[in-house]
Amino acid sequence: MDGVRSHIMVCGGTGCISAGAEDIIDALKAELDKVEYDQEVNVIRTGCFGFCGQGPVVKIHPDNVFYVKVKKEDAAEIVNEHIVKGRPVSRLLYTDPESNKKLDKHHQMSFYQKQYRIALRNCGLINPDDVYEYIAFRGYEALATVLQEQTPLQVIEVIKKAGLRGRGGGGFPTGLKWELTLKSPGAEKYIICNADEGDPGAFMDRSILEGDPHSVIEAMAIGAYATGSNKGIVYIRAEYPLAIKRLQTAIGQARELGFLGKDIFNSGFCFDIEVKLGAGAFVCGEETALIQSVEGSRGEPVRKPPFPSESGYLGKPTTVNNVETFANIPPIILKGADWFSGIGTENSKGTKVFALAGNVKNVGLVEVPMGTTLREIIFDIGGGIVGNKGFKAVQTGGPSGGVITSADLDTPIDYESLKNIGSMMGSGGMIVMDDETCMVNIAKFYLGFTQDESCGKCTPCRIGTKRMYEILDNITKGKGTEEDLAHLEELAPMIKDAALCGLGQTAPNPVLSTLEYFRNEYEDHVLHKYCTAGECKALAKYSIDPEKCIGCTLCAKACPVHCIQGAVKQIHVIDPAKCISCGVCARACKFDAVIKP
Amino acid sequence: MPIKSLDELIKIRESAMKKVNLRESGEDAEPMIELMVGMATCGIAAGARATLTALLDEIEAQSLENIRVVQVGCLGYCHSEPIVQVNMPGEEPMIYGNVDEKRAREIIQKHIIEKKFLDSAILNKTYNKA
Amino acid sequence: MSQSERQLVTGNTKTADLSNEHYETLENYIGTLEDKEGSLINVLHKAQELFGYLPQEVQLFIARKMDIPAAKVFGVVSFYSYFESNPVGKHKISVCMGTACFVTGAEKILEEFEKELLIGNGETTKDGMFTLKDVRCIGACGLAPVVLFDDQIYGHVTVDGVREILEKYRKVDKYAY
Repeated sequence: MDGVRSHIMVCGGTGCISAGAEDIIDALKAELDKVEYDQEVNVIRTGCFGFCGQGPVVKIHPDNVFYVKVKKEDAAEIVNEHIVKGRPVSRLLYTDPESNKKLDKHHQMSFYQKQYRIALRNCGLINPDDVYEYIAFRGYEALATVLQEQTPLQVIEVIKKAGLRGRGGGGFPTGLKWELTLKSPGAEKYIICNADEGDPGAFMDRSILEGDPHSVIEAMAIGAYATGSNKGIVYIRAEYPLAIKRLQTAIGQARELGFLGKDIFNSGFCFDIEVKLGAGAFVCGEETALIQSVEGSRGEPVRKPPFPSESGYLGKPTTVNNVETFANIPPIILKGADWFSGIGTENSKGTKVFALAGNVKNVGLVEVPMGTTLREIIFDIGGGIVGNKGFKAVQTGGPSGGVITSADLDTPIDYESLKNIGSMMGSGGMIVMDDETCMVNIAKFYLGFTQDESCGKCTPCRIGTKRMYEILDNITKGKGTEEDLAHLEELAPMIKDAALCGLGQTAPNPVLSTLEYFRNEYEDHVLHKYCTAGECKALAKYSIDPEKCIGCTLCAKACPVHCIQGAVKQIHVIDPAKCISCGVCARACKFDAVIKP
Repeated sequence: MPIKSLDELIKIRESAMKKVNLRESGEDAEPMIELMVGMATCGIAAGARATLTALLDEIEAQSLENIRVVQVGCLGYCHSEPIVQVNMPGEEPMIYGNVDEKRAREIIQKHIIEKKFLDSAILNKTYNKA
Repeated sequence: MSQSERQLVTGNTKTADLSNEHYETLENYIGTLEDKEGSLINVLHKAQELFGYLPQEVQLFIARKMDIPAAKVFGVVSFYSYFESNPVGKHKISVCMGTACFVTGAEKILEEFEKELLIGNGETTKDGMFTLKDVRCIGACGLAPVVLFDDQIYGHVTVDGVREILEKYRKVDKYAY
């Protein structure tokens, strides 16, 4: 049908709907009917524009004009002016707060600069199994440039100047890491890509390998050239079969086109990549443990120094970088160090990919410049909390990180600022928790994880995390004492100081940060045997179903601790903080109105 | 055949670009419609394979020409998988979310053939890229 | 029975098949490796793919063929959670315990499976039909909470949905006998 010439797209996100988007749709349709344009112009509802603060928003397609804070009274003007006469309604355009100018194209708005994709630039845009599509988006151009025009030291200089830091968690400057390997004596050197994404709740590395495997291959070749290595290894989780398959296909194509192999781009430089599978051990994300695993042994960390840059795989100088770190390399080479260092904060340059998950509406991968606030990520991009619940905390850094409360939501995030508020960047897992999440249970979850994943080599981690877990388990079961809290606080610094590797050293973080910000919840569990969030089953209390309660007062009379409030013919309520879960009320009730825990 | 120089690479890039220009700008040298399906693990888990099959099946049933289906990686919209992006020459690309088999067939019937957008299924691109 | 159901029945026989054929395949695979010791983990992956799990005799076979101590093979098998040294059921139920799944209720889902199957986490039902295990993040956080039935992913699983999924598998298998 040729008749449809334009579409009026109205945001159907929760925010806009509650601000009256449905009425606007009806009004627009009615106005179109009036001018008899209803066959030519379609009014449709779209998903959230992620611009809820300016809602309801309306976009005219194909003119790509974007109206904000539209009311149903504006429908007539939009139709008569814009649709009929082709003149945009300037009073409804968005005013940029910085320049004070009216903007009509939504991608010009500073709001949409909030998400800027460098590492994920090709994900979802190219067919990962087609190397020519990668080439179409300037693929392998960075490698060719480096090999034809730069010395290894020059490459390192660019990366150092760009200020790229490791995206796997530690945040070590990548250029410096490369330089250390280059300067280590020895002819045989290795470069390893750490794709053992073990942080539960982070999946950006998988997405990059599944969506854009060539960018990692190209970056590894650049890194190998810069560090003087001829052999690369990708260490990848066996749990990622699709990523493994796509990576292997990509490696095959790269070999065919001469991006891997001998004498790449006639430069005399030789490099090839081998894929090695992990087998499910979180600790293998730690670089020394990873090297042990690549060598075919148990993945137990070893003491540093010597650092892998001096003595790593097979005792040779080795560079280990994470997938996301590598994905940043080709754009830095192509666009220059200044471009990259122009993004982000003073000490953390570029962007970071976060896996936004948990009780948040728009679960997904987001890539934002360093310095973006948590509020922007969770509420603007993530759309806020699911259901009509409140925000309680957000957890970053996985089992090594901590919780962040609403008090710190406006902190611009980078490596240092997150550390200052008791968490860490980690690999980029960002779990949003609503007010029905029990913080003691969350701490127990993470300790259960580290305790399970502890390799057992050093005592502080093996036994320390076990003891901490036991204490937390007792607390959630109502067997905790005040002394237990003191024990947790005593054990935590011991483990932090004495454990051998990063896994153990950071294991107490989830406990320490929940203790700091949610001590009242620990105290409720310990002193009142009460779990506010209602998650700890052993502490669950009786409650009354308001639908069934007729207000006979029998339960209130029977309650030995007088924790049931309510007068005759009124709905009764149990105070969970006082309830001792004896069950007398349930037996007393003749209407089956008492809900058992 | 190995590519041996930057110049050679750029030549190959220029011919490869014709195929993908459509995706960002809607500009295209060939009158080819392109349907991109997000086929990362999460997309597949949410049913992207069935979506892809339905698209191919419907294209055949309607005997459409100059249309191709491409699998791509993750777009980051995990909340609305499976995702299909429709690229039509001369038009801004359109992203649809929660595309099950039924919606996939609707995309062909409504968007491609009738040039009407699908109600309640459009996702908005919310990022810029390097 | 529909095609997909038939696949469900035949496609996932994970019970041990210690046939000579598998030993031969494994030996050939080991023969192709250049760096033997460094490839131990890859060899174990291959063996588990063939045999379904890694019984002691398979571990010993690998040690002999690769000329490394059996203690090292056992050490590696026991270190990594991906490797199974006990037989697993016909269907492997993996409840994702990544953080995203955890905060959206994975614990309750696991408990429901335990109740329904009358087994604990990590155990196999008496009839050898199901093995229940919690797993680390499988990276489908957008669908949390997630349960993996063999290779089939079920997203947004609810406590009430657990029985439904199990019924589906039980029904299909009943027809198979």
